[in-house]
Amino acid sequence: MNTQFSVSPENKPIFIALGFTLVIILIGTGYTLITQGAAPMLMPSYLAQQLQIGAFLGVCAAGMMMVILLGHIDLSIPWTLTAAAMMATTVGGPWAIPAGLAVGLIVGLFNGLGVSVLRIPSMIFTLGVDTALRGLMVAHTGGFAPQTEATPLMRFLAADRVLGIPVALFVWAGVSIAIAGLLSRTGFGKAVYATGAKESAAFLSGIRTKWVIVGAFMISSLCAATAGILLAGYSAKAYQGMGNPYLLPAIAAVVLGGTHILGGRGRYIGTLIGVILIVVLNSVLSIMQMPEAVRQIIYGTVIIGMLLVYGRETTSRN
Amino acid sequence: MIAKPLRHNRGFAAALILFLVLFVVYHILHPRGFSTAVFIQNANETVAIAFVAMAQTIPVLVGGLDLSVGSVMTLTACLASYLVVGTPAQMIFGMFLTLLAGTTFGVMNGLIVVFGRIQPIIATLATGAIAMGLALLLRPTPGGDIDADLNWALTNSVFDFAETFGLADDGNAAWLQPFANIPVPLIILLVVAFGVWAPFKRTVTGRTLYAIGSAESAAKLSGLPVRRAKIAAFGLAGFFASCGGLYLAIQTSSGNADITQAGAYTLNSIAAVVLGGTSLLGGIGGAIGSLVGTGILRVISFYFRILSVDPLIQPLIEGLVLLAAVSLGALRTLRIKNKLEHFR
Amino acid sequence: MTKAKEEIVALRDVSRYFGGITALSGVDFTCHSASVHGILGENGAGKSTLIKILSGVLKPSAGEVLVEGRPVTYSSTAEAVRDGIVCVFQELSLIPDLSVADNIYIDTPPKRFGLIDRRAQRKQAAELLARLNASEVHPDTLIRDLSLSRRQIVEIAKALAKSPKLLILDEATSALTGKDVDTVYALLSDLRADGVASIFISHRMHEVDALCDRLSVFRNGQHIETFDKGERSDAEIVRLMIGREISAQYPPKPKRQPAPPALEVKNLRWENSLKGVNLKVEAGEIHGLGGLDGQGHKELLLAVFGALKGVEGEIKLHDKPFRPTSPAACKKAGLALIPEDRKTEGLMLNLSIRDNLLLPNYAAVSRGPIIDSRRADEAVRDGVTRLQIKAGDTANPVETLSGGNQQKVVIAKWMMLDPDIVLLNDPTRGIDVGTKQEIFRLMRDLASAGKTILFYSTDYAELIGCCDRVSILYDGGVVAVREGDALTEDAIVAASLNLHERGAA
Repeated sequence: MNTQFSVSPENKPIFIALGFTLVIILIGTGYTLITQGAAPMLMPSYLAQQLQIGAFLGVCAAGMMMVILLGHIDLSIPWTLTAAAMMATTVGGPWAIPAGLAVGLIVGLFNGLGVSVLRIPSMIFTLGVDTALRGLMVAHTGGFAPQTEATPLMRFLAADRVLGIPVALFVWAGVSIAIAGLLSRTGFGKAVYATGAKESAAFLSGIRTKWVIVGAFMISSLCAATAGILLAGYSAKAYQGMGNPYLLPAIAAVVLGGTHILGGRGRYIGTLIGVILIVVLNSVLSIMQMPEAVRQIIYGTVIIGMLLVYGRETTSRN
Repeated sequence: MIAKPLRHNRGFAAALILFLVLFVVYHILHPRGFSTAVFIQNANETVAIAFVAMAQTIPVLVGGLDLSVGSVMTLTACLASYLVVGTPAQMIFGMFLTLLAGTTFGVMNGLIVVFGRIQPIIATLATGAIAMGLALLLRPTPGGDIDADLNWALTNSVFDFAETFGLADDGNAAWLQPFANIPVPLIILLVVAFGVWAPFKRTVTGRTLYAIGSAESAAKLSGLPVRRAKIAAFGLAGFFASCGGLYLAIQTSSGNADITQAGAYTLNSIAAVVLGGTSLLGGIGGAIGSLVGTGILRVISFYFRILSVDPLIQPLIEGLVLLAAVSLGALRTLRIKNKLEHFR
Repeated sequence: MTKAKEEIVALRDVSRYFGGITALSGVDFTCHSASVHGILGENGAGKSTLIKILSGVLKPSAGEVLVEGRPVTYSSTAEAVRDGIVCVFQELSLIPDLSVADNIYIDTPPKRFGLIDRRAQRKQAAELLARLNASEVHPDTLIRDLSLSRRQIVEIAKALAKSPKLLILDEATSALTGKDVDTVYALLSDLRADGVASIFISHRMHEVDALCDRLSVFRNGQHIETFDKGERSDAEIVRLMIGREISAQYPPKPKRQPAPPALEVKNLRWENSLKGVNLKVEAGEIHGLGGLDGQGHKELLLAVFGALKGVEGEIKLHDKPFRPTSPAACKKAGLALIPEDRKTEGLMLNLSIRDNLLLPNYAAVSRGPIIDSRRADEAVRDGVTRLQIKAGDTANPVETLSGGNQQKVVIAKWMMLDPDIVLLNDPTRGIDVGTKQEIFRLMRDLASAGKTILFYSTDYAELIGCCDRVSILYDGGVVAVREGDALTEDAIVAASLNLHERGAA
């Protein structure tokens, strides 16, 4: 268990990401001290509010990580999120949240079967599913913003506070504990790592790799659906394209957290820090009132720069 | 040239047949089918995405993916909207600069992938954001004023091209007549595809692309220039993407830094590449296949117009067609009897 | 040997380190023209590192490499090739999606107007293949459509196309079938007559004996001795290789009582590979599978272990019908398979030793869905002790282990499940002598404890030394079963070729 604390190659990115997050906070604080004479970034209420918005991304990234650990990717997250939100608000009442989650489970099952049974590269299959879902939702809503509204429970989960802490953070924490536990404490989690590292070897070790893949995709879609329900609660309703801003940041958060894009390696704590890094970076950029153009450039440069710092993979003897 | 890919790549053969069938049926159904006007309109709506799909093909062949092609196209379109103005010589120089900028951006992607050892998908996700940012700096709002003659000449038939620039007796020369009705955009596309890609494929660097995608360690052991080929792959992707950007700028006479549009181009390019028979795992396929793949995608959307499909269900049909096409390609896997072969 | 021998390459005090590990230390080595030079040594002896340095894949950490008297430092294989040093690698260097001709002339194709001239390339490739008795391989065929043996021939053709002065063959014959092996032998003689030097690495002692003029033995990264063929007996060579006497290579076979069949296969059919296999393996028996490569052995083991679809026929475990639907189902039924290629089928190389060992065993060490880390630790400790895996920390990636210890991890992870029937697919390929012995002893121990072993090996000596009975496969069916005194190399070879032997018992 000493691996938990030593700086192994697997943990190195996590520490760097953590350090960089602190640097961004310091820069942001320095900026506000000079320009406004205040340090809002260090105020718990401001941080809580930023993290509340970050929770949507955090939940998406948690699910995305499962799929990336397999060496796959889930590009259907934007419209899975949107579809779940729209279904939840359409159904309404006590069945709103189950309806949204059901959308996630069904999409995940479909993605998983396409990738594991038909062996279609996940990149293209989930892209097709995303397009089809968008089509379904456009047909469903007539292309307009849906008129239905989020239920009080959805609003409570996304926008309310308990003991001064946003409820959304509790949801994010719950999802985090579930995913982290799943990955490190269950046979299924270990099978995910093994399948991502070498699917043929996992299969011949008697792992039902098909169902591992299906399971991971279902978790990914379920997380996206959860984020959709939260986001609809936060905005009080669902809207077209609400999931689009979450796909690429979710991938970036997972990778900045040290998960290998080809699968098999990564720790959940890294993804968590990756999400926080992106949230903090975004809020500093908005405090500085950076135009969208500069934000994009900084965003790209940070990803490249950090991955360069994570360094070259150590060349092994084989 | 064509026979070999057909024999070795059933995906490409199937795509070609599918495209031809869809294309011919479309023109039969179309009230003004097989007319120059329809050809020109179709060709114009295909060029930019076809270039971007060709751009995407090359990183895919080496087993990577370039998520920046759409952004590079947008960036170069914005650049072209400033550079392709003035005298004819200035405009040609501007075009050259635009293509050079796109190629340079691609080479930079390649350098990051090769020397920074970052996975292509992540590296280009990041550089794509940078390209988009630069495009937004150049054109915070859509604009530009590209020469109207140039726009007219390049987006119509050969006859119009000749007439605009006073070539071949204003397009009335007898020798020109067999070609007079061919859309210029189609010619541009084919000239670049066969003039750049086909010869490149027959160099050691081009062969190395396929070798890397097929078995990278074997390529290294065989003494092939792996690094050079990877950088060339991304550089060429940048070149093709900037061809798309340049054409888009001329076609619309402006530059527009539209993030959504850039993303859509990138994603559609992946779809076109796969439909054209190129394996996402690398090593199999080619840019010509992606041209065909783009053709399929575009023809399907042309059908919506003539069949007056409810616009609300068009995205759904597009998605389902894409899913059906890739699933058909996957039926092969159901025939595999040795389950271990799934994992190769 | 009419031509005067010149020094082609010489190593002077060459060492190579990987991190803290010494792969080669202070090696002096020379190789002369017009000779076939065999290199012997266990895995980890430094043979691979040696040839990687010679062929420009690796640079020496210290010391000097001389080629024809000139000191050189290669930074790529291409530079070595320019000096005429060409290596046929153990891990194939062919590109599966390119054609045979493309592969043979991969980096130096004939050109016209600066572009690759496909027609000339095809013609030259066909000539080269004809020289290797392989004119039935069409130059336009894709490599992925060729058998392993044919691929190896193409690999050799590719090396020949570079007109080598020194040809290095690293385990190049291990995948070859009989006819192709003869072709390679003849080729090496021809090359020797032309003054070309060859370095030949093989785990098959009789091949080295038959082919080489000079032998060098390596052990633990050091060059132990070089001598002419015939100067040392086989026993002496083995002692040089392992540094100690080995008494009995194979554990003694106890007298076996007839037992009920534990695994029975009736008329098993699959695609073109299995054409009605009948097999009865008794409990407590080590049952060998022999015959030439590619006669259906691997497919048989994969079919029994549920890795193939569309298998027809009957399989019975302890007289009960059994349908192997997936490896997972077979695992539950008490079957275990030690696969052919440990790097792609046996192990997750970059995962830890611990995770690899536990992978098939999570159900056993979990309470409900949650892993009990105390029980998991215990299981890992047991596995490591039982197979005597030499590993510092089980949290290290499995790729840090030597080949032999990697194979032990593969075996250990299945032993932790206490399987009833163990299928082994060539488990000793590329493994050092010491580990081989341990594996044989383990197999015998398991059999004595009433387990059932089905053992495929490409090495007939292993089959004869280990097995109680051997079934010989030919063209997808069992053509003979041999046991006791009738289990001889002659008998296996005869049956492998499906000769209806007359004089034999």
